[in-house]
Amino acid sequence: MSGPSNHDYHLVEPSKWPVIGAISVFLMAIGGVFSLHDVPFVIYVFYAGITGLLLTFIGWSRDVVAEAQGGCHTPTVQIGLRYGMVLFIASEVMFFVVWFWAYFNAALFPAGNEAIGGVWPPQGIEVFDPWHIPFVNTLVLLLSGTTVTWAHHAMLEGNRKGLKLGLWCTVLLGILFTSLQAYEYSHAAFAFGGNIYGSTFFMATGFHGFHVIIGTIFLSVCLYRAYIGHFTPKQHFGFEAAAWYWHFVDVVWLFLFTSIYWWGSGI
Amino acid sequence: MAKSNRGYKSHGQAPTGLKRWLFSTNHKDIGIMYLFFAGFGGIIGVLFSVLMRLELQEPGVTFLTWFVADGTVEQAAQFFNVLITAHGLIMVFFLVMPALIGGFANYFVPIMIGAPDMAFPRLNNISFWLLPPAFTLLLLSAFVGDGTIGVIGASGVGAGWTIYPPLSANISGASMDLAILSLHLAGASSILGAINFITTIFNMRAPGMTMHKMPLFVWSILVTAFLLLLALPVLAGAITMLLTDRNFGTTFFDPAGGGDPLLFQHLFWFFGHPEVYILILPGFGIISQIISTFSKKPIFGYLGMAYAMVSIGFIGFIVWAHHMYTVGLDVDLKAYFMIATMVIAVPTGIKIFSWIATMWGGSIEFKTPMLWAIGFIFLFTIGGVTGIVMASAGVDQPLHDTYYIVAHFHYTMALGSVFAIFGGFYYWIGKMSGRQYPEWAGKLHFWITFVGVNMVFFPQHFLGLAGMPRRYVDYPDAYAFWNQLSSYGSYITGAGVIFFLGLVIYIFTKGKKCPDSPWGDYADTLEWTLSSPPPLHQFEMLPKIK
Repeated sequence: MSGPSNHDYHLVEPSKWPVIGAISVFLMAIGGVFSLHDVPFVIYVFYAGITGLLLTFIGWSRDVVAEAQGGCHTPTVQIGLRYGMVLFIASEVMFFVVWFWAYFNAALFPAGNEAIGGVWPPQGIEVFDPWHIPFVNTLVLLLSGTTVTWAHHAMLEGNRKGLKLGLWCTVLLGILFTSLQAYEYSHAAFAFGGNIYGSTFFMATGFHGFHVIIGTIFLSVCLYRAYIGHFTPKQHFGFEAAAWYWHFVDVVWLFLFTSIYWWGSGI
Repeated sequence: MAKSNRGYKSHGQAPTGLKRWLFSTNHKDIGIMYLFFAGFGGIIGVLFSVLMRLELQEPGVTFLTWFVADGTVEQAAQFFNVLITAHGLIMVFFLVMPALIGGFANYFVPIMIGAPDMAFPRLNNISFWLLPPAFTLLLLSAFVGDGTIGVIGASGVGAGWTIYPPLSANISGASMDLAILSLHLAGASSILGAINFITTIFNMRAPGMTMHKMPLFVWSILVTAFLLLLALPVLAGAITMLLTDRNFGTTFFDPAGGGDPLLFQHLFWFFGHPEVYILILPGFGIISQIISTFSKKPIFGYLGMAYAMVSIGFIGFIVWAHHMYTVGLDVDLKAYFMIATMVIAVPTGIKIFSWIATMWGGSIEFKTPMLWAIGFIFLFTIGGVTGIVMASAGVDQPLHDTYYIVAHFHYTMALGSVFAIFGGFYYWIGKMSGRQYPEWAGKLHFWITFVGVNMVFFPQHFLGLAGMPRRYVDYPDAYAFWNQLSSYGSYITGAGVIFFLGLVIYIFTKGKKCPDSPWGDYADTLEWTLSSPPPLHQFEMLPKIK
């Protein structure tokens, strides 16, 4: 296969991770379903699957990072990665569209819906005060959006210290958000099941919270990579992808806050 | 140097055996795996449909009772519902999508734009390898009862491929959950594939290959990929809520907790309508290549053809509730969805007439792919026209959920998409395998299938107009004649499938060597500049497009 070549694309080596990932997901599905239906011991199949999936994520990411450090990611390849990340976020946006659709389907026209007493928020549901923890969390996330931009600009100017400091702040703010969210969840006066308010609330904010955790891990990996000397002012796509993801999660929260916590609280 | 930055080239040789196939990062190998997988899915799907036609051949529940444990009509009817559900899901997710998008597009899109591979080769491989687990889960869902492997059909998913609650929310046992997770996996596979295709097409076109010079097949895949990217997360969200309704006590679709079963229908069809264009648009692309090649003319109205697909894709997102005319929608809403739906006939008409205009005055050669392409235009037009009939909210009232809709969507999908798949198969098999099919056999396969499928589905229009409901194991005697004819057609089609399988084996073992460009000068896309089959990685030296 050796021969002259005049392109900048990255032809990837055969990789074991896709197959391992697919098998792991299969185990998760089988184990998950049957343990929901009280088949004994299959929960371990689920655990095996989730372990395999985590290994896949780690192994696959290590390969990509090694390739990036090895010079496979030419400017052309980096443009492709950018497209990929933007498109991935676009598909995630459509996921959130579903949760908002479900929410507004119930919240916009409560009249005639007997189970919730014809009003929104539903009768008997004690909702959170948007101007307590939810508002603090809004500020936390907005602040984290500025710190990640700080890190970005520091890196562009070759200021490694600023990069690390900015990322530390972002990661810590992310953890703070998740902790406050967990605290709030534990004090909820409504449950996931039984009522459309709890169902839509926990589905939308829970899915968002899950994304915050993923984003925090993504940024932590970037922080680690910053410490071991990755990222140059010219090539730092991993960081940019994490930052884009973080901003996306941030913007989703603004919609959650205004529509579910604030407008939806009936204040 | 431990890690090469140039992939295969440092090895000096191609990967072989398990490493080549299981760990593949090669778009052509992955495309071939997709095609074999689609063939396997298709065989199962056809088998299920023939079982249903065997049952429906005569009034009374007489045939499926042989298959169920206790031989009762109730069990047989449940088994019929399971067959209907599995048939629909298999044909959509495990035949048409893997064949057109995973198979042909994976193989030919990079070649047609002059690229050495897809943008994300590893991602490409997981897109494929998610499908066998998804298919396994779906097949399990047909057999599994309450946590145990049960009797065939006894408690499988019989909710129809649309899995509407409240029925789908109340089927006990693990089967429905398995089907839901099957769709999750298939959906994830498609979303990742869509990201890969869009990135490849935007970022990896050879020098000079501008967007407006791309072959129409590439355009069709670009539009399809956008539909996949934006529609499938909506399905995933909807079935996730179904899963939590079933297992965690949420009430998204349960009015007792303030939920709304119609929410599921809206979400399902917000996905489902783009989905039916996902199934047909790649076919449009293949047909355009074939018609142009065998008419020995460039395609008529290239830009109009490309942007017709873009507008079909766009409008496809804003017509979903025409699947829901009978649920009690507001009249103004129905008027909107009716008009929006009818607007789709405009870009679709542009396509049909441009194909005809391409043939007009052309030097037409009736090779096998051309027969399938012309058959496609004929059958898809019939399916499209009945679509316009049902787009009318008033007319749809009596036709909703009758065999008329079954006839309609089989004319577009079973006849449209599948004819495009066969057209693509005969057009490209010489290129992919290096061996050409015998012309007489391809033509015979076409005529068997053409007669068979028309005999299956044309009578179903009459059954629908006469009021026969779909998804039913039995019917009154009045519907006997057309049902019998339809069943006979099904057996002819089945014979065609068996003939085709034999033909495939013949091609692989005894087929004549295929030249690099068997179809002459008017097959001017880049795949015909390569050897048959192409090298492991084509275009290490990028082609220059004039």
